[in-house]
Amino acid sequence: MRPEPFGALLYHFGTRRLSFLKNQRVLAVVRSLADHPSARAACAAAGVPEAELPVYARALAALADSSMITERTRV
Amino acid sequence: MTLTEHAAAGAGNSSVAPGRLVDLFQLGLDAPICLTWELTYACNLSCVHCLSSSGRRDPRELTTDECKRVIDTLERMQVFYVNIGGGEPTVRPDFWELVDYATAHHVGVKFSTNGVKISPAVASRLAASDYVDVQISLDGATASVNDAVRGAGSYATAMRAMQNLFDAGFRGFKLSVVMTRQNIPQLDAFKAIADQFGAQLRLTRLRPSGRGADVWNELHPTASQQRELYDWLVAHGEQVLTGDSFFHLSAYGSALPGLNLCGAGRVVCLIDPVGDVYACPFAIHSQFLAGNVRDAGGFESVWRTSDLFKSLRAPDTGGACRSCGHYDSCRGGCMAAKFFTGLPLDGPDPECVQGYGSAALAAVSAEPPKPSVDHSHRKVPVTIGRRPPRRDCDENPLAGFAAHGN
Repeated sequence: MRPEPFGALLYHFGTRRLSFLKNQRVLAVVRSLADHPSARAACAAAGVPEAELPVYARALAALADSSMITERTRV
Repeated sequence: MTLTEHAAAGAGNSSVAPGRLVDLFQLGLDAPICLTWELTYACNLSCVHCLSSSGRRDPRELTTDECKRVIDTLERMQVFYVNIGGGEPTVRPDFWELVDYATAHHVGVKFSTNGVKISPAVASRLAASDYVDVQISLDGATASVNDAVRGAGSYATAMRAMQNLFDAGFRGFKLSVVMTRQNIPQLDAFKAIADQFGAQLRLTRLRPSGRGADVWNELHPTASQQRELYDWLVAHGEQVLTGDSFFHLSAYGSALPGLNLCGAGRVVCLIDPVGDVYACPFAIHSQFLAGNVRDAGGFESVWRTSDLFKSLRAPDTGGACRSCGHYDSCRGGCMAAKFFTGLPLDGPDPECVQGYGSAALAAVSAEPPKPSVDHSHRKVPVTIGRRPPRRDCDENPLAGFAAHGN
């Protein structure tokens, strides 16, 4: 993941796909996913307004579909 | 509103939604997404359309240590991967050492090769790495079409390399084809070859760069072939990579997958074998030379502060194309294609699908610019022979030479 003025670039070496995070808040959400019990909690901590949650849910789902983010391993 | 976009890197396999990433990229990135790095001008082939006029090694080429310092810089700048080419990069004795160094430093490698060094052993080694991708060049789906451009035996070499990669279990390597008037009728055959070897087809545009300028008139696709290619690309969508090189065809209608943007100096650039940094691999000319990795500050400084790159990142006006309704999709086409056909950079592409290119070409009176560097194999064979003696009894090797006066 590489920060850029507009958000960030993500590159997956396995799929060789590039993804773009188009603002700083979605970058903050993605970065903090591992520190929160759920994506909703990560969004709340990053200050995502309730009304925008569906947009963020779609973005995270797209990242999951392309294997950029994966479910954490259960212990 | 969308918050993310996805693309197959380098190919930019994503339609850009109204989020307009293209507008952000137009202004440049802190570091290239990927860059082309030509490691050597030496090549075992002499392809007639070689974009870098390669053939002979340049004695000033970067040393192994200098290459490693460049990789250190790319790692620091978080460049995701480099497209290594040449010349034929695998003929450098330190090629595998540099590939290993790059991947160990988190810089992915995709390298282009004619296949000459892809033995079964090399193929097995490549198949074992997640961070190395291979691109085999082939410009004809039959030996006759390919070898006419790339040289006798080059089809067999490429096919053998692909067989070795396939046998080693490497899946998804790239079969890379430069589209010409002679091979556009073979689109389906290229796809079949890629499928046969578990490879992904990558089609790119012929440019009048390097020796490509010499054969441009005979090789570049006709207007009807451009349409055929566009329809084929639309039908095959994201299955086929294009390196974003056909964005000038987007003026036919719907945009092709990809960023549809000239990335020169904005998201891509070229480092040539002697360390010169050019705006793009197709623009090896002093006008597009931004600096050298040997300069103080190295590549990072060239990328971030060169006057040339700053000017390329300035919002462009569209020039003569501004009033055309298709400008937003084709963005005036390819800078290098315009430059090496003698067209102004702020006008239409020579292959403008709306036909403005032909009119502009007809108005070009001056000779188009020539590439600044040429490492082609010498065409005139040097004959080494004995001079016949002037007289039958002359055995002294210095006979016939005048003695220096004193």
